[in-house]
Amino acid sequence: MRYLPLDAADRAQMLARVGAPDIDALFADIPAAKRLNRPLDLPGGMSEIEVERRLTRMAARNVAAGSVPFFLGAGAYRHHVPATVDHLIQRSEFLTSYTPYQPEIAQGTLQVLFEFQTQVAALTGMEVANASMYDGSTACAEAILMAHRLTRRRKAVLSGGLHPQYSDVAATLGGMADEEIVRLPLDPHASEDIAAAIDDETSCVVVQSPDFFGNLRDLEPIAAAAHAKGALLVAVFTEAVSLGAVRSPGEMAADIAVGEGQSIGNALNFGGPYVGLFATRLKNVRQAPGRLAGETVDADGRRSFVLTLSTREQHIRREKATSNICTNSGLCALAFSIHLTLLGEAGLRRLAALNHAAAVDLAGRFGAIPGVDVLTEAFFNEFTIRTPRPAAALIDELAARGIVGGLPVSRLAPNAGLDDLIVVAATETSTPDDRRSYAETLAQLLQTGGKR
Amino acid sequence: MTETRYTKDHEYARVEGDVAVVGISDHAQQQLGDVVFVELPAVGVKLAKGDGAAVVESVKAASDVFAPVSGEVIEVNGAVDAQPGLINEDAMGRGWLLKIKLADAGELASLMSEADYAAFLKTLA
Amino acid sequence: MNNQGRPTRPSGGETTRRGTFTGNRALDMEEALIFETGRLDATGVDLEAPAPFASKLGAHARSAAIGLPGLTEPEAVRHYVRLSRNNYAIDAGLYPLGSCTMKHNPRLNEKMARLPGFADLHPLQPISTVQGALELIDALAQALLTLTGMSAVAMSPKAGAHGELCGMMTIKAALAARGEDKTRTVVLVPDSAHGTNPATAALIGLSVRAVPAEADGVVSAEAVEAALAPDVAAIMLTNPNTCGLFERNIVEIADAVHAAGAYFYCDGANFNAVMGKTRPGDLGVDAMHINLHKTFSTPHGGGGPGAGPVVLSARLAPFAPAPSIVGTGDALSLAEHHEGRQAFGRMSAFHGQMGMFVRALAYILSHGGDGLRQASEDAVLSANYVRASLIDLMSAPFGDRPCMHEALFDDRWLKDTGLTTLDFAKAMIDEGYHPMTVYFPLVVHGAMLIEPTESESKASLDLFIMTLRDLAMGALGGERERFVAAPVHAPRRRLDETRAARQPTLRWAKPTPA
Repeated sequence: MRYLPLDAADRAQMLARVGAPDIDALFADIPAAKRLNRPLDLPGGMSEIEVERRLTRMAARNVAAGSVPFFLGAGAYRHHVPATVDHLIQRSEFLTSYTPYQPEIAQGTLQVLFEFQTQVAALTGMEVANASMYDGSTACAEAILMAHRLTRRRKAVLSGGLHPQYSDVAATLGGMADEEIVRLPLDPHASEDIAAAIDDETSCVVVQSPDFFGNLRDLEPIAAAAHAKGALLVAVFTEAVSLGAVRSPGEMAADIAVGEGQSIGNALNFGGPYVGLFATRLKNVRQAPGRLAGETVDADGRRSFVLTLSTREQHIRREKATSNICTNSGLCALAFSIHLTLLGEAGLRRLAALNHAAAVDLAGRFGAIPGVDVLTEAFFNEFTIRTPRPAAALIDELAARGIVGGLPVSRLAPNAGLDDLIVVAATETSTPDDRRSYAETLAQLLQTGGKR
Repeated sequence: MTETRYTKDHEYARVEGDVAVVGISDHAQQQLGDVVFVELPAVGVKLAKGDGAAVVESVKAASDVFAPVSGEVIEVNGAVDAQPGLINEDAMGRGWLLKIKLADAGELASLMSEADYAAFLKTLA
Repeated sequence: MNNQGRPTRPSGGETTRRGTFTGNRALDMEEALIFETGRLDATGVDLEAPAPFASKLGAHARSAAIGLPGLTEPEAVRHYVRLSRNNYAIDAGLYPLGSCTMKHNPRLNEKMARLPGFADLHPLQPISTVQGALELIDALAQALLTLTGMSAVAMSPKAGAHGELCGMMTIKAALAARGEDKTRTVVLVPDSAHGTNPATAALIGLSVRAVPAEADGVVSAEAVEAALAPDVAAIMLTNPNTCGLFERNIVEIADAVHAAGAYFYCDGANFNAVMGKTRPGDLGVDAMHINLHKTFSTPHGGGGPGAGPVVLSARLAPFAPAPSIVGTGDALSLAEHHEGRQAFGRMSAFHGQMGMFVRALAYILSHGGDGLRQASEDAVLSANYVRASLIDLMSAPFGDRPCMHEALFDDRWLKDTGLTTLDFAKAMIDEGYHPMTVYFPLVVHGAMLIEPTESESKASLDLFIMTLRDLAMGALGGERERFVAAPVHAPRRRLDETRAARQPTLRWAKPTPA
C-alpha cells in the first residue's frame, strides 16, 4: 500500500521490541466476541489511476457550474478565484499543519489569522473578528447564542429575509436548547415590520442584507429599535463581495455581524467546506465563540502572534465554554484572506461594481419579458422574479436546455405559497451572452407554455 | 481581630467583623499562573456556601471561585478587574475578590484554619 | 482548582545568535503585515470597471472607505510563501500530536477534490445536474456504514464537535419521541473526556455527571452502573479513549446504559485505531461521529476545515437531521426537509463538507478494506513501538501495558529535574520535531500524548525515539538550559501569552504618531 511505509520485516522487528507475539496481541482489549475476524466488505485497494478513473466518472455525471450559463446564488456564489489562491493554500506548510498550538513553529498560520481577523473586521465595519467559523449558517446560530449570553435573554427574532436554511439551523439549535426562536414569515418584498416583533424578552433580531431574496435592507432603524428594548442586532450576509459596494453592518450599528465568506477565495464545492465570518464589538469579545489570534512578543521581544483568550474555549471551560467548536475553517479562511489581499480595496470595489452591473443588466432583460416581474427594488447581485408558471418546473426546463437559472424558492420553502418565485444571481462570471441566452430562453419557455 | 479560614478548593475567607473578605490563596495563584482575567459577581447577589462566586482565568486555565460562606455580596474589588496581576502579586491582600456579609458565622467552623490549610497543602505535594 | 497552570511568560537566557541588519537569518525571514506593505490602490487582480449603468443600490451604497490593503501578485505570492515557511507541517516532519492524528495527506485526494465536477458545483443546482455528487456522498456513506456496522449516517456535520452536537441532538430527539426528553437530562462523561463532550452536552441543555475512570485508565461497568439513574439521557464515551486505551468494558457498559433506557454516544475521534478490527455497531454504540480529517486523512489546514459525519444505530436512524440522500442507482435525490420523517432539523446550510467527502472517499478507495485495517494496525504498532522504546526513561500513568494508537506519558519522571512537560516539548522544537500533545488529557499530570500514526517509516520512528531518549537523558542529567531556554532555533522563542491575554490586540491598527 503506497501510503504505508512499514514492511513485514519492520513490523516483525517492532513487534519484537514491543514484546508482542503478533499484532492482535496489541488489540487484546477488544472483547474477543466483538473482534472483526473477517475482511471488511469493501473492495481491495486501488492504484492512483484506478481511483482517478472511478472519481472522474462520478464527477463527469455532474454539470459543472462553469460549463453553462449559471445564475444560482442563494447563499453560495460563483466568482472567479485567481490561480494564485489555490496554489498558495496548497503549500505544505499551510495545508498539512495543525491548529497553531505551538506558536514558535506556527507563526505563518498565526499571522495569517491575525491578518484575516483584521480584514474581516474592516470589511464588516466591526471592531474585532474571530479566526473563522464552520460556515455562515453555523456562525449565525452561534451569534444568537452569544446574544443570549450578553443579554441574559433567550428569545431571538429571525427576519423573514433570512436564508431559510440559516433559520432552520437556528431553530434546530434553539429548539434543542429550550430557547425561543421567532421566525417571521418569508418576506420577498422586505416589507416586514421587524421592530414590532421586538419586546423586552428579545435578546436579538437577526436580519440579513442583502437578504435571501436579494433585497438590500437598511439595518440602522432596526438596530435602533432593538437597542431601545435592550436587544442586539445580528447582521447576516451570505455574499461577502456585496460589502465592497454596500454599507457595512458596523456602519448600520450592528452588534454582531456574521456571514458566509465562501464567495471570496473559495470554490462552490457543492456546499462545503466554506468559511463563516464572525465579527463583533470589542466589548463583547469575551463572549464570542471560536478562536482568536492576538499579538504579543517573544522572549527576544520580537512581534509574534498567538492564540489567545482561549479560556473561553471548550478544551478549558468544558461545559461552561462559549461554544463547543474545536475546529474552525482555517484553510478556507486562508483562501479568503489571500483573495482579499490580491483584490485589495480597489479590486474589491471594482469586483463588486461588476457584479452589480451584471445583475442590473439581467434584471433589465427580465423586465422586458411579458409576465415576468422583478420584485426586488434595491439589490446587489441577486434579485427575485415572479414567473407566471411554477418556478421549480421552469428551472428544470431551463436545466434541460443547459441553463442553471437560479433557485426556485419552493425548494427551500415548499409550503410557503411562494411557488412562483425564482431567486436569480448574476456575478462577474456571467457574460452578456449568458445573460441574453437566459432571458431569451425564459421568454421562449413562457411563450410556448413550457411543453416539454 | 481578624482570622483567615480556607477551603479545600483554595479559597480564603478573612473574617472582619460580620464580613468575609474572599479571594484565592497564594498557593492557588501559584498553581494557576499569571491571572489574566477575573469575572466578579454583582454587588447585592446572595450566595449560598459553595455557589460559584467568581471566575479567575489564567492563560491556560479558568477556575471557579466558590463562596466559602453564605451571604450577600457587599463589595467587589474593582482593582483586580483592571489589574488581574494583583492576584499574583498579593493574593491574600490587594488581590482580594469580593466581600460577603456573613449570613451564618457558624459556617466558618467548617473551614480550615491557617495551620490546617498549611498541613493540607503538604498532603498535595 | 485546575493545577495544570504553567508558565506563560518567557523566562530563560538571552539568545546568543548574532543579529543581522534585516532581522532575517538566511532562509528564516521576517515578514511584515499586509497592512504595513499593501496599498489601498494596489491590486493583484485585473478587473475593468463596468460601463456606466443605473445603480440599483439606492441609499445602501457604501461611501466610507473599507481599509483593505492590496498587493500585486508577485508581492502576494512572496508574502504568503514567506509566512508559510514559519510553519511546521506533516509534509516536513513527524507530527506526533496525540488525539489529532497527523497522518500523511495524499495529494491524489487534493487533485480529486478539485475536479470541476465536484469543486465547481453549486449545492442548490437542479438535482438532475448533480447525480455524480450524490453518488459520491452515498458511496462514502455506505463505506462508513460498512466500517462501523451502523444503520444510518448523517453526513452534514461540519467537524467533529459539530458531529457530537448532531449525535446528541439525535438522542434528544429520540428521547422526545418517547416523551422522556424533560426527565432524562443528564449525560455521563468520564473525567478523561475531551472538553468538547461536556461543552456539547451543555449547549443543548443537558448537565454532566462525571464518571471516574479506574486506576488502569478505563471506565468500569460498575462505575457506569453507579452513575446510571432514570434521569440519564446518555453516556458519552471516547473509544479508544483519550489516554490511548481501548475501553475494554465497553460491551458491559453499553448493556447497562441500554438497560437503564439511555443511549450510548461514542466519541469517534480515535476511530483510526480500530478500522477493520472491531465495529462500533457490534459494541452497542448508538451514535458516533467520525473525524474525516483524522481517520481519513483530509488535511488539517492549520485548523480546519474538518468534517464530522455521524453514524447512527437503527433506533436512532429515524431522527437523523436533513438532508439525507434518497433513491437508488441513477435516480438519487436529496430529502432536504422533514418529508414525513422524524428528522430533528438541520445542522447547517446545504449538505455537508463535500470537498472533504471527496478526499475521504479517495483515501478509502486507495486503501481498500485490507489497507484500512493495515493502517490501523500500523498506527497501533508504531505507538507501541515508541512507548516500549521510552518506558525505561519516562513514566507512564497506567504502567507498562500496550496502548492503542497513541502512547501516554506523565511528568513524574521529570519530578526531580525542575523541568516541566512544557520545557520538554519546547526542546523537541529545537530538535526539529513538533511536540506531542501536552497537558491533555487533563486527568494525567503533565500529560504527553504521542501519536506517530501509520505514516512513519521505521527509520523515522527510530530517529524520533533516539531524539526523545537523548532529550530525556539530558533532562535527567541536569541539562537545564537546553530545556528552559528552548526553543532557540525556531522562528520565534517562547511567547508572552500573558501579555496577549491581559491586553488583547486582536487586529492591526494604524500606529498613532507619538
